[in-house]
Amino acid sequence: MNFTHFILLLKKEFDIEFRQKTALNGIVLFVLSTVFVSYLAFQNIIAPHVWNALFWVILLFGAIITASKSFLNEQKGRMLYNYFVYSPREVILSKIFYNSILLTAVSFLTLFLFSVFIGNVVQSLGTFSLVLFLTSFGFSSILTLMAGISIKAGGSFTLTAILSFPLTFPLLLVAIKVSKLAIDGIAFSVCIQYLLVLLLLNTIVSVLSYVLFPYLWHD
Amino acid sequence: MAKNWWKILAVLIVIYTIIAGFLLPVPRLDILNETIRNLYFHVPIWFAMLFLMGVSVYQSIMYLGSNKIKKDIIAVETANVGIVFSVLGILTGMLWARYTWGTWWTTDTKLNGVAITFLIYTAYFILRSSIEDEQKKARISAIYNIFAFVMMIVFVMILPRMSASLHPGNGGNPAFGKFDLDNTMRMVFYPACIAWIMIGCWVAQLRVRMGILTKKIIYDETV
Repeated sequence: MNFTHFILLLKKEFDIEFRQKTALNGIVLFVLSTVFVSYLAFQNIIAPHVWNALFWVILLFGAIITASKSFLNEQKGRMLYNYFVYSPREVILSKIFYNSILLTAVSFLTLFLFSVFIGNVVQSLGTFSLVLFLTSFGFSSILTLMAGISIKAGGSFTLTAILSFPLTFPLLLVAIKVSKLAIDGIAFSVCIQYLLVLLLLNTIVSVLSYVLFPYLWHD
Repeated sequence: MAKNWWKILAVLIVIYTIIAGFLLPVPRLDILNETIRNLYFHVPIWFAMLFLMGVSVYQSIMYLGSNKIKKDIIAVETANVGIVFSVLGILTGMLWARYTWGTWWTTDTKLNGVAITFLIYTAYFILRSSIEDEQKKARISAIYNIFAFVMMIVFVMILPRMSASLHPGNGGNPAFGKFDLDNTMRMVFYPACIAWIMIGCWVAQLRVRMGILTKKIIYDETV
């Protein structure tokens, strides 16, 4: 594990992304159109639990679409090159961090679009943002490994979705619960226990990804 | 015969738990009444399922360390039997819920947990079927199996503790805690757990032998 390598790999991910902009544009368009469809269907959502459910469903699909692209850019030659130069732990860490930065941006974009089109029902924005940060990291830890698995397994988007959906449910359920509290403006001292559970889940999934990825990488 | 005594023992104990489970007296608890007898079937089946999944994940970890295809066969077959036990567990639970809660299925963390566990392991089998190469299939599915097992433990052990649940054992509902389970029930319940685990191992053992023989006869590989 070399920190300079990690930074280099992270920078590489951003460089590729800004050069091609396919993943970023795709995900922005996805979020925009789904939020707009929801706006057309619902007009204005007043019931907080409907708002919450819709928000997380859109975010979950957005996250899977974002993360499923993580290994698409790696052609055979470059993968071989990376294989010799970097350790797998550096690769997975850089990809997890890259994806979680991207996912955080996507989740705040979704929140923004929700406020514009559907209305903002969130009362304590601070707690809600914290939930978004934590789930973005957790989702990206799970989804990056699953994207890697499905690429190795022949790589269809459906496979990524099938593999990751059930695994994201623990995080998702806790996130939905605590974000409902944040929407209702419940005191932070009540939310903190759920945030700690989110943190615990994040730790579990990121450690698992970090430990298991080398076995996937060595082909 | 010398090696088969435990199979006969398992069958005898299961027969004993069925007879004793339906005939021996049980404590009268509110709401539960006679349905408490489901404890002898539902809970041991879940224990057997957890045991089998535990064996499966252990073999997966061993496979990643050794690359021996036999470990992979054991891992997949124990998971296979485990998923059958989980279906049995869900069915016995649903039957019980119909007469205690008045509905086959309800929104509850434990129930959601088992449903998602079922989804996770189904995904595991789909992943296996989508890879051709033997070693690659074994390695990738071992990675998924480890991830899946940890997530299952999170789902059935950690999450139900942090929210209200209707399920016995949660929120003051009677279950097999030290005050609710009397000694007659223990006499049936503990043997039932052991017997169902043994039955699970027996089925898994047969399937593993079948898997190894298939490899040997069809693909001409020794494992």
